[in-house]
Amino acid sequence: MFRTLLSGLRPPLAEPPVPDTELAALGAALDAAARRRLGRGLAIRAVDAGSCNGCELELHALGNPFYDLERFGLRFVASPRHADVLMVTGPVSRNMRAALARTHAAMPAPKWVVAVGDCGAGCGVFADSPACLGSVAKVVPVDLTIPGCPPPPARLLAGLLALFGRR
Amino acid sequence: MSEWEAMAARLAAGEATLLGLWGEPGRVHLAALEDADAAPAIRHLSRDCPDGRYPSIGRLHPAAIRLERAARDLYGLEAEGAPDRRPWLDHGAEPTAYPFLPVTGAGLHQIPVGPVHAGIIEPGHFRFTCDGETVVRLEARLGYAHKGVEALLAGADLPAAARIVGRISGDSTVAYAIAFARAAEAALGTAPPPRAAWLRGLLAELERLANHLGDIGGICNDAAFALMQAHCAALRERVLREAAACFGHRLMMDAVVPGGLAVDLHTGGAVRLLALIAELRARFRGLVRLYDGTVSLQDRTVGTGIVRAGLAARFGAGGYVGRASGRGFDARRTPGYAPYDSLAFEVPTRAQGDVNARVWIRIEEVTESLRLIEQILDRLPEGPVHAKMAAGAGEGIALAEGFRGDVLAWVRIEGTTVARAHLRDPSWFQWPLLEAAIEGNIVADFPLCNKSFNCSYSGPDL
Ligand code: SF4
Repeated sequence: MFRTLLSGLRPPLAEPPVPDTELAALGAALDAAARRRLGRGLAIRAVDAGSCNGCELELHALGNPFYDLERFGLRFVASPRHADVLMVTGPVSRNMRAALARTHAAMPAPKWVVAVGDCGAGCGVFADSPACLGSVAKVVPVDLTIPGCPPPPARLLAGLLALFGRR
Repeated sequence: MSEWEAMAARLAAGEATLLGLWGEPGRVHLAALEDADAAPAIRHLSRDCPDGRYPSIGRLHPAAIRLERAARDLYGLEAEGAPDRRPWLDHGAEPTAYPFLPVTGAGLHQIPVGPVHAGIIEPGHFRFTCDGETVVRLEARLGYAHKGVEALLAGADLPAAARIVGRISGDSTVAYAIAFARAAEAALGTAPPPRAAWLRGLLAELERLANHLGDIGGICNDAAFALMQAHCAALRERVLREAAACFGHRLMMDAVVPGGLAVDLHTGGAVRLLALIAELRARFRGLVRLYDGTVSLQDRTVGTGIVRAGLAARFGAGGYVGRASGRGFDARRTPGYAPYDSLAFEVPTRAQGDVNARVWIRIEEVTESLRLIEQILDRLPEGPVHAKMAAGAGEGIALAEGFRGDVLAWVRIEGTTVARAHLRDPSWFQWPLLEAAIEGNIVADFPLCNKSFNCSYSGPDL
């Protein structure tokens, strides 16, 4: 087992996060006070509000050795009660509206919401569906939007780092 | 007896396998494969329901029950004699008011889980009834990701419809796109150029590789063996990056379109992919040894979450869920389609039906996908990758084999727009088996069993 452990992951795979000017601008829009409060660590709670699961795959990828989310003090937590940030994917299906609102309500203040993907931002290809509400912002207040279908992990990471002003 | 009722009897007798049951306003459809057919072709039946009623298939054949409930929610079609008349996709105004089936007995307690779960997971609700640590009964309630897909598809032009279809279950975007494209091509009598058919195979095998690698790591992680997860996730990432380099998108969304492909393999792509295959082969071998040689891990996966062969056959469970329980069906073989009809590959099966067997099916399929990609690159025809779709009207139906099983696509086209379309996710016939598999296991093994199925929520929620 130790041979596999040592051979498979050498050299280190973790890469520096890719700068993204678009997201730098988004991050700058967050006020300095918010950044002070967030400090150097973020606990993130993810909620799938009816995504196609494409965005989930890329959120998962943040944990792989190439992106290694936790080295930045960012981690996904199991309970909204432990979370600073709510990351929401999907066009917000009607059937997930209540669960999304309740998860957000369960988070202690101060709290921030990141709408992930074209769906979270503006319903994506599901925009005309009566079964969807249209965007995350229709249910909970959104602080940052990370576009893409799905947004690649490098962009997700850059977005999260922009949220608390670290690159 | 009508053709419809005769089919219900054959499905119940195990002489045919249900591929799908769906509705549209005033009409109900069914697709099946008949075992007796020498060259199996998809049988498609449909019947008008002027009074909104049709004889229930689920009454005789339980695999149809949830499909009938969905057809009622979406189109108001009543399955006469249906054993379960609760809503399925329609959660109504009060989503928490749902009549779970009663479970009675001394000392039983219930554990409700979801729709929001602890990890980065799709939404669904699981209601466990337990006797101490042991699960006596699990009932899943899905539909949380219902996005009104069929309503969006009706009236969409073909390119817009293809984009939506590619987002019904993002992890299987290629398989869905292939199934839909093949159904649309059948409807309008357009044949995609040979190079497109071969590249579709390449895309589908890359998708299978990426998902199987992710799953093998994920299953081991749910058995508290994070090392495998770290290695497998790195390999998965390598596949996605090569997919982006070769086709312009990590998940290869929107690459397959009716008529062929929207993108050709980027220059230098073949060389990159051959290097990827060599790298994966070298690294994966060690990981398989690691899985096989770690007793504490096997202790969790062997004998856990068993699906009996009879049940897998009755539900027509596809993919690794079916194959791990002895059902060797694979749409690439039956009915079969290009390029697989001219490629050599094995369809692995196992008899045990436990988590371990579902891991091994994936391991063996990784090896087969690597072989397939090599063959495709070796013999890839030259030429265009897209043919203009003929205009006209027609109906088409097709199967495509995704990583978790066969995706069924049916479409009716009028002019240049989709009049109606239906996509049936493999998970429709796998979710019910998870409820059976967990019975008698401990609650703590549910994440492990669930990951070994890795059913789609978004796919069947439509
Ligand atoms: S943004 Fe794209 S990938 Fe993300 S949930 Fe929506 S359709 Fe899926």
